[in-house]
Amino acid sequence: MVEKFDAIVIGAGPSGNAATYTLAKAGLNVLQLERGEYPGAKNVQGGIMYAAELEKIIPDFRDDCPTERHIIEQRVWLLGDDNYIGTNYRSDAFNTDRPNRYTIIRANIDKWFSEKIRAAGGLQICETTVTELIRDGAGKVIGVRTDREGGEIHADVVIMADGVNALLAKRTGFQQEAAPENVALAVKEILFIDPELIQQRFGLKDDEGVVIEIMGKVTKGMVGTAFLYTNKESLTIGIGCLISDFKAGNCPPYKMLEDLKRHPVIKPLIEGAEMKEYAAHMIPEGGYKAVPQLYGDGWMVVGDAAHLNNAAHREGSNLAMASGRMAAETVIELKQSGLAPTAANLAEYKRKMDASFVMKDLKKYRELPGIMHNNKQFFGAYPDVITAAAHNWFTVDSVDKKTKEKEIMASFVKKRSVFGLVGDALKLVRAVR
Amino acid sequence: MNMMVKVEDKLYQNRYIVDESRPHIRIKDAESCTSCTSQACTYCCPAACYSRNEAGSVTLITDGCLECGTCRVVCQDKENIQWDYPRGGYGISYKFG
Ligand SMILES: Cc1cc2nc3c(=O)[nH]c(=O)nc-3n(C[C@H](O)[C@H](O)[C@H](O)COP(=O)(O)OP(=O)(O)OC[C@H]3O[C@@H](n4cnc5c(N)ncnc54)[C@H](O)[C@@H]3O)c2cc1C
Ligand code: SF4
Repeated sequence: MVEKFDAIVIGAGPSGNAATYTLAKAGLNVLQLERGEYPGAKNVQGGIMYAAELEKIIPDFRDDCPTERHIIEQRVWLLGDDNYIGTNYRSDAFNTDRPNRYTIIRANIDKWFSEKIRAAGGLQICETTVTELIRDGAGKVIGVRTDREGGEIHADVVIMADGVNALLAKRTGFQQEAAPENVALAVKEILFIDPELIQQRFGLKDDEGVVIEIMGKVTKGMVGTAFLYTNKESLTIGIGCLISDFKAGNCPPYKMLEDLKRHPVIKPLIEGAEMKEYAAHMIPEGGYKAVPQLYGDGWMVVGDAAHLNNAAHREGSNLAMASGRMAAETVIELKQSGLAPTAANLAEYKRKMDASFVMKDLKKYRELPGIMHNNKQFFGAYPDVITAAAHNWFTVDSVDKKTKEKEIMASFVKKRSVFGLVGDALKLVRAVR
Repeated sequence: MNMMVKVEDKLYQNRYIVDESRPHIRIKDAESCTSCTSQACTYCCPAACYSRNEAGSVTLITDGCLECGTCRVVCQDKENIQWDYPRGGYGISYKFG
């Protein structure tokens, strides 16, 4: 006999965990399938975790959630060849009982979340790859097939939370393969280091943390960003660029990461640390226009698999959790009203999403990916002229300030015409307005 | 070559559960790689799984694969990569992620 569940969730990342937990807590009979050896074995994150979405799902998560440091300072740096210019924002007001952002180690969080799911009565099976969605004669999704013995598993509804590769939706014809300009490849390392060194180098006490978002020459003119985050006993360093640029750029990702680690302003921060893991993962960065169909007869797609990622703000896991929760809530409401999960009824999931920050934010930034992709000067020429201008300005050398101003303006105009500069500024303003 | 050594050092830190002689990614037709001008897989793969061989084609060894999907995306116009996940439980197993 074929086993039958109220819902099957594919994947144990933040989106799948949010969905499974919400369903289990409401008393539904839910099965979660994960291909990794354990939850988190396949997942990669920078990682900053935003409290708000997790708090909606597990209000008292802070009691036992294995977070690393809560963030009291955010730095945004533009790196030149041997220098940087940037902004830092630090506030003691971030030292509250209920911090807003934490650095995390992905695998720890995923394991913790899974325990919550089991405690809520959800069934989770790892080491199981879903190979196929099963559909009935009318095309309705009625279950899944896995690479384990035992054939089919059926469910009223299948939630695909399988991450950026989204193989199942692509194979079933629900989605197209992602275009290389719509996905970034990020590589990262975790570097273990004496916590005291972290505190000294970043000016921290206890479990306070600093995060640095990095742009500039380190991406070698490619559209991308880098990051350096403080964990309890480790630092996370990574860099990612659009795959279309890697394809054209001829600089292998691991070399880019190595160059970042050797950059004269980064090196002193990570010196003496021991590398314990090297990871790579794609990030969906096409934004609003790349979001596929989110639901159909008997199925929904959530998180990275639905391209829900806000590259401008480096938010992904919170959009994943929000979409997982809203998908689950839709299923729960249908179940309670005795309605079938047809495409028409599951459209409620999309309505919920449209009304939430997830789609509103993606829509607001819908022009940004295109602008970044077509205006490489943001990543090539600008870091150079801006850092050179700063160098000129801050060098005290008996040249009068008026002359310095003129030199700086001239260097900007030389790199890019005044019209170009003004045009770029306008485009950016329009994209983020 | 120098670069290859370095990526191997990185991969050495990782935990893999190798599914012996069951590679999850396959080049469909190695012959047609000889006519690919970019061979982008050889420099886009973060684990350097692909390398250009003496015959001018591409050799793939998936042992260090991080399962990112990049090679599938860069080769989609040629459609010469058959890409799948390893069997459940196998492949890269991140301790930290
Ligand atoms: C380098 C990097 C840095 C990032 N930094 C941040 C950050 O600082 N803050 C932030 O909020 N977001 C960040 N993100 C984005 C964030 O990690 C993702 O948005 C988030 O993990 C998406 O969650 P998900 O559950 O949709 O997918 P995933 O986390 O990718 O989970 C998918 C799960 O599905 C499983 N799976 C896939 N296919 C199958 C199958 N066929 N059968 C069974 N299981 C399957 C996988 O093993 C995996 O566990 C970062 C991403 C990267 C790569
Ligand atoms: S999936 Fe990623 S790591 Fe694996 S072979 Fe392809 S590009 Fe390389």
